[in-house]
Amino acid sequence: MARVSEVKNGRRKMSLLKTISSTLRFLAQTTLLLFWSAMSVWASEPTGSSSHGTNIFAPASTPAKSIADLSIFVLVITGIIFVVVFGLLTYSVVKFRGRAMGASREPAQVYGSTQIELAWTIIPILIVVVLFLATARVIHAIQDAPEPAGAIEITAIGHQYWWEFRYPKLGIVTANELHIPVSGPDHPAPTFLQLLSADTDHSFWVPELAGKTDLIPNHPNRMWMDPQRTGIFVGQCAQYCGVQHAKMLLRVSVDGPEEFAAWVSAQQKPVIEDASAIAGRRVFENNACMNCHALGGTPADGRFGPDLTHLMSRATIAAGAAENTHDNLRLWIQNPSAIKPGSLMPAMKLSDADLDAVVSYMETLH
Amino acid sequence: MSSNVITVPVGQTEARPWVDELHQWLTTVDHKRLGILYIVSALLFLVIGGVEALIIRTQLMHSHNNFVSPQVFNQMFTMHGTTMIFFVAMPVLFGFANYLVPLMIGARDMAFPRLNAFSFWLSFLGGLLLYFSFLGGSGLYGAGSAPDVGWWSYAPLGARAFSPGHSSDYWTLALLVSGFGSIGTATNIIATILCLRCPGMKLNRMPLLVWMNLVMAEMVLLAITPLSAAQIMLLIDRYLGGHFFDTQAGGSAVLWMHFFWIFGHPEVYVLIIPCFAFMSEIISVFSRKPIFGYPVMVAATVCIAFVSMSVWAHHMFTIGMNSYANSFFTLTTMAVGIPTGIKIFNWIGTMWGGMIQFKTPMLFSIGFLFQFLIAGLTGIMMAASPFDWQLGLSYFVVAHFHYVIVGGILFALFAAFYYWYPKITGRMLSERLGRWHFWLFLIGFHLTFDVMHIPGLLGMPRRIYTYEPGRGWDTLNLIITIGAFVQAIAILVFVANLIISYFKGAEAGNDPWDAWTLEWSISSPPPAYNFATVPSVASRRPLWDLKHPEDPDSRYE
Repeated sequence: MARVSEVKNGRRKMSLLKTISSTLRFLAQTTLLLFWSAMSVWASEPTGSSSHGTNIFAPASTPAKSIADLSIFVLVITGIIFVVVFGLLTYSVVKFRGRAMGASREPAQVYGSTQIELAWTIIPILIVVVLFLATARVIHAIQDAPEPAGAIEITAIGHQYWWEFRYPKLGIVTANELHIPVSGPDHPAPTFLQLLSADTDHSFWVPELAGKTDLIPNHPNRMWMDPQRTGIFVGQCAQYCGVQHAKMLLRVSVDGPEEFAAWVSAQQKPVIEDASAIAGRRVFENNACMNCHALGGTPADGRFGPDLTHLMSRATIAAGAAENTHDNLRLWIQNPSAIKPGSLMPAMKLSDADLDAVVSYMETLH
Repeated sequence: MSSNVITVPVGQTEARPWVDELHQWLTTVDHKRLGILYIVSALLFLVIGGVEALIIRTQLMHSHNNFVSPQVFNQMFTMHGTTMIFFVAMPVLFGFANYLVPLMIGARDMAFPRLNAFSFWLSFLGGLLLYFSFLGGSGLYGAGSAPDVGWWSYAPLGARAFSPGHSSDYWTLALLVSGFGSIGTATNIIATILCLRCPGMKLNRMPLLVWMNLVMAEMVLLAITPLSAAQIMLLIDRYLGGHFFDTQAGGSAVLWMHFFWIFGHPEVYVLIIPCFAFMSEIISVFSRKPIFGYPVMVAATVCIAFVSMSVWAHHMFTIGMNSYANSFFTLTTMAVGIPTGIKIFNWIGTMWGGMIQFKTPMLFSIGFLFQFLIAGLTGIMMAASPFDWQLGLSYFVVAHFHYVIVGGILFALFAAFYYWYPKITGRMLSERLGRWHFWLFLIGFHLTFDVMHIPGLLGMPRRIYTYEPGRGWDTLNLIITIGAFVQAIAILVFVANLIISYFKGAEAGNDPWDAWTLEWSISSPPPAYNFATVPSVASRRPLWDLKHPEDPDSRYE
């Protein structure tokens, strides 16, 4: 071949570049370090210790932690690849930029080189093998984790556009705000969720506790988490489920053992009758409210909307779209579209007196 | 060969009234005219899809914004996705394939000119049908106007129970009709390449552009057919009481996902492989060197096509597949990075030792290389399925695929526009406006899509019309929106360049870039019959051989 010398020349430049690649690797690590610190600055929100954000790099539970660790590993590998290839690209664009040249002059025509091409085939294969093995380990560790005997079992059911949570062993039904106990090395208390859907596809995503898993009709799924810190963890539906997908928010309250026990015993109680609110109860039962909503211990046992037995124990209404205050509650019952347009709760067109009565009744549901 | 070719009458030079001219465009079976029709219709839809993107971005500018209602927002992202994939990216690439493949293989037209016209009009009418939903969607009965179920129309959201009225029917029928068009064009491209090559153009002498379009067309046949089948099943569900995807009656939502993504992922490669084709031609010409490792490039393309048929379920890592399935699709998805990486290295190898000419097509090509590298690497991140359990369905994945589609495909397309516009119109695009276009678009692109990765890492899901304050997403979204408008300005510069240069651009001549493939051997624009005498070639770069008779390529291949 007449152009072998060109190929050799190319290879010499290649080895020259490899000496640069160690500096590039250093650059890669610096970049990642900067990125990492930026992310963690973002993670530390000044809103108090008990409230957590949605940063995937601030895990508070084993599945989220092993995902974050794997992510860092993958980021480092891809970061190194990026810096090396970016360097090669930049080098060749700068070094071989065309200078003013005669129209008749062309550079040496090189058609390829088997050795070089073998090298840049085999090295990526090795990288893929390493990445795959590291990933498969994490997949297995998270997905195939056995459920220990004492685990909390919860059935989460996705609805357009709210979450139903049932604790079959504890006899509790609640909505939108999940309560689970904190885990620790000495007192492991993992929570296993069975994920179902009543209508369309949804996805349960609380980034700091675990990766997301979809809730699909006719396709029960499972996920687990063992939060290591107490506090409120937020998240939301991640699979487009209809008009109000955006306001299908999620709150997970991770409680200390005593707190959790207290919450459980409070939730297990039926509605405590409050004589002063009997008018509101009449409104609730005479209108369509009870077709969709349940109140433990009363004839109301609808399941289309959230269970309201302990409505006042929740910090938010309308799947996290508004805070659970008197005014919001009143507005929500009067005109749900004002808070959440497209919500499936109809405006009941109650008179002001009925509205006030039913709101007062709701406020007795502790 | 010439006996298989329909000869188009030539010589009509007198001025024609515009009705006649229009009639000619509507009834044409000339591959060049159909190519232009494909490209122009795609540009039209690009502007519409772009406006939809701007509406989405304006709504997301800050938390709790009320620019549009949730219903309108959902229609916008559904229409934006559907439009950009089916009525911009596919048609514009088919347009270039239509225009260039016959010219590059020395043929006088496509193998089936009438099928070609039929396919174009099917695709185009599919697009019109989709947009007619704005008028007709709620006209008869039911709710909604434009489709609002997302461009995947996941079951059971697309079922009658959750999507009453006709909006989803417009979506289904538009994709079905344009899908038949795509299948027709793909068949045509394959037949043309296999049967109409000029004497001497053996398979291993075809320009890479032709090779890659051959692979693309074969992938279209494999990918579009399951989509069409699924659309028919959905129609049966919606109108004939079927229960394929009707979960209320025991149907399977997951079945739809498999059908959709076994189309959806190969589709990504259907779109990117022709862009690899542009890159392979343009980088080579502007580096003044032949493509590095031609056989390896062909092998890598075929390899991508095979492997990409087995990666679809990486779109479904969050649906609760078992750990073996998740591991398998992690492996195949990472593996597809190997031949893709080889391509990037081969393009670097092509530039290496060359004399790079920084004309606008090359600027966009270099932008492509950098951005496609990043897009590939974020793809590797999401191939690691546990990482995807966090990143999937978030803004990270939106940033990732826009990096592929805008940073990769659109940059490659812009390069192709600046490179072949002179051949198509006979006029050069303005280099000055081209540079403005390039730098503005580059800045806008990076403002938008670099930043867009971060809200994903911070837990922002996609397809939400609004978000809560205090999550740390506000500033980022504002920057993303500003970037989107910078890109829109760049697109206006591009469109202005296309129009102004058509009338005032410098004369291109036959071969403005001193290039090497057959299309540059004939006049710009080419005559209706392409080649007065069918050429005959002896190497991959016939014009190099012609220009350098003392050192022809044929000596080394």
